Amino acid sequence: MSMDKPLTKNIQIGRAPFDFAQYQAAGGYASVAKALAMVPRDIMNLVKDSGLGGRGGAGFNTGLKWSFIPEPDGGPRYLVVNADEMEPGTFKDRLLMEHDPHLLVEGIITAAIALEATQAYIFLRGEYKVAEQALHKAIAEAYEAGMLGKSVNGSGRSLDLALHTSAGRYICGEETALINALEGKRANPRFKPPFPQVSGLWGRPTLVNNVETICNIPGIVKNGVDWYKGLGINGQPGTRISGVSGRVKNPGCWEMPVGTTFRTLLEDYAGGMQDGYQLKAFLPGGGSTDFLMPEHLDLPMLPGDVQKAGSRLGTSLIMVLDDKTCPVGCVHNLIKFFAHESCGWCTPCRDGLPWTEHMLRKLEDGEGSMKDLDILKEMCGYMAPGNTFCALAPGAVEPLQSGLKYFMDEFVEHVNHGCKYHKH
Amino acid sequence: MSNIIASTAPRARQLTPEEIHEIEHEKTHYPYAQAVGLEALKIVQKYQGWVSDESLLAVAQYLDIPPDELEGVATFFNLIYRRPVGRHVILFCDSVACWMLGCDSLKEHISARLGIDYGQTTDDNLFTLIPVPCLGDCDRAPTMMVGNEHYRNLTPEKIDQIIADYQARG
Repeated sequence: MSMDKPLTKNIQIGRAPFDFAQYQAAGGYASVAKALAMVPRDIMNLVKDSGLGGRGGAGFNTGLKWSFIPEPDGGPRYLVVNADEMEPGTFKDRLLMEHDPHLLVEGIITAAIALEATQAYIFLRGEYKVAEQALHKAIAEAYEAGMLGKSVNGSGRSLDLALHTSAGRYICGEETALINALEGKRANPRFKPPFPQVSGLWGRPTLVNNVETICNIPGIVKNGVDWYKGLGINGQPGTRISGVSGRVKNPGCWEMPVGTTFRTLLEDYAGGMQDGYQLKAFLPGGGSTDFLMPEHLDLPMLPGDVQKAGSRLGTSLIMVLDDKTCPVGCVHNLIKFFAHESCGWCTPCRDGLPWTEHMLRKLEDGEGSMKDLDILKEMCGYMAPGNTFCALAPGAVEPLQSGLKYFMDEFVEHVNHGCKYHKH
Repeated sequence: MSNIIASTAPRARQLTPEEIHEIEHEKTHYPYAQAVGLEALKIVQKYQGWVSDESLLAVAQYLDIPPDELEGVATFFNLIYRRPVGRHVILFCDSVACWMLGCDSLKEHISARLGIDYGQTTDDNLFTLIPVPCLGDCDRAPTMMVGNEHYRNLTPEKIDQIIADYQARG
């Protein structure tokens, strides 16, 4: 296992991010020339063989996702970077964009060469003002240096890159909703198929990838598959940014080898729980993942292992629930978020989430009934995968269904006596 | 047909040269004008503080988008204000990481201090308080934004200081 940190090697908190010249002097933009000398399908295969999985939460093989794009027909093709980081508890793309924007720009150019895209967009959440400034500067410098524009690095191939800043809606993280938003429409998801690779932005072939996913591309193209597979633990490919929030001694996010265990993340990186607090459970990768318990801490942070334990790795930024915080209140807060952020397109989500939120609030207020607990379980089924138009509601009920599984005694306690936790 | 009733319906206002300049710049990035709708609303809001009916109609007319369609966009996004807001908008994160670290009591603190609840503006027109979904600052929770500035690791004392600073600034 190598100790390389390709995603954060240029990041030093407290100093300004590298400008173009500094970034290039540190080995930056080397992947562009390399990609320009390759056959586009070979770059896609390289990325596929590297084993890179999407870092937005779904974890699908990136090169495989790319390979579904049809052969060029002379019309426009788009690459869209999903920088609408709004998953509760997730703050990794912010780190990458604020502190090393050129890595993302390089990744976009190299990915666009592979996809033969002519226009790329970064879809950034409106609240990320520091990232917005950093990216504007980096994009302008890349144009100035001839890495973007009419002839990318003197190749004669053109690529434009624009920054779109959004105005706050979680659903824009869903790739087809994001495409609608970018077209200037309400961000309701679209029916799939057709998938965006075939018919995306303005009906044209479009790839939507997460910020961290794209930031992996320069290293893979520059250093190859063997190098990438040497980065993780036990042959796992690459590094990823994982982090912790909640009552730990040192909350934050760090780049670590893929395959690192939750325990290493929680105890070595985050310094363990704050004094006086015990770990009760944790959400492994954002607000839309099922709770895991302390006995799951020795699992490696890999999608398959986490799935076997009954959850999803998601964004791999974990939130710890401590013993002095109410699990019912925690689930209530999460469901309130998702009810607010439902786009309103399909009935189970639009009506189901507010109703669920209402029942959880009743429990918190000591006005719940045992029948409510039965209905809550039913709601998880109504909003299960396949019953809704997109993945928002199925994700939303993950902490609820696992909360009911692990903390049923506390839900019952709420029915009998209301919430006994200190309201902080 | 001489009995024409004078309409009180809002009419498009004139966009300012600055607004038009910025909207035109955004248009260069997209093949269709409709795509600029949200950015144009944000530009108008930056100068006017909020998006009035008159502003919305002006943008719709300028970009040649049906006004109802643009209204659909305007009302969809959390950060487009279709009602007047105070000079400083407090975007208070009430999502789970901040909640676990006590944002509920901090929100009560702000409400008590300013005399406003979510969605309301202070009488002096200085502050509007709005909840915002997870600000992606969870390692430094509790957190909020005032205007474009982020404030982290909030405590009641810190919040008092922030509010006092903005009050002094006006």
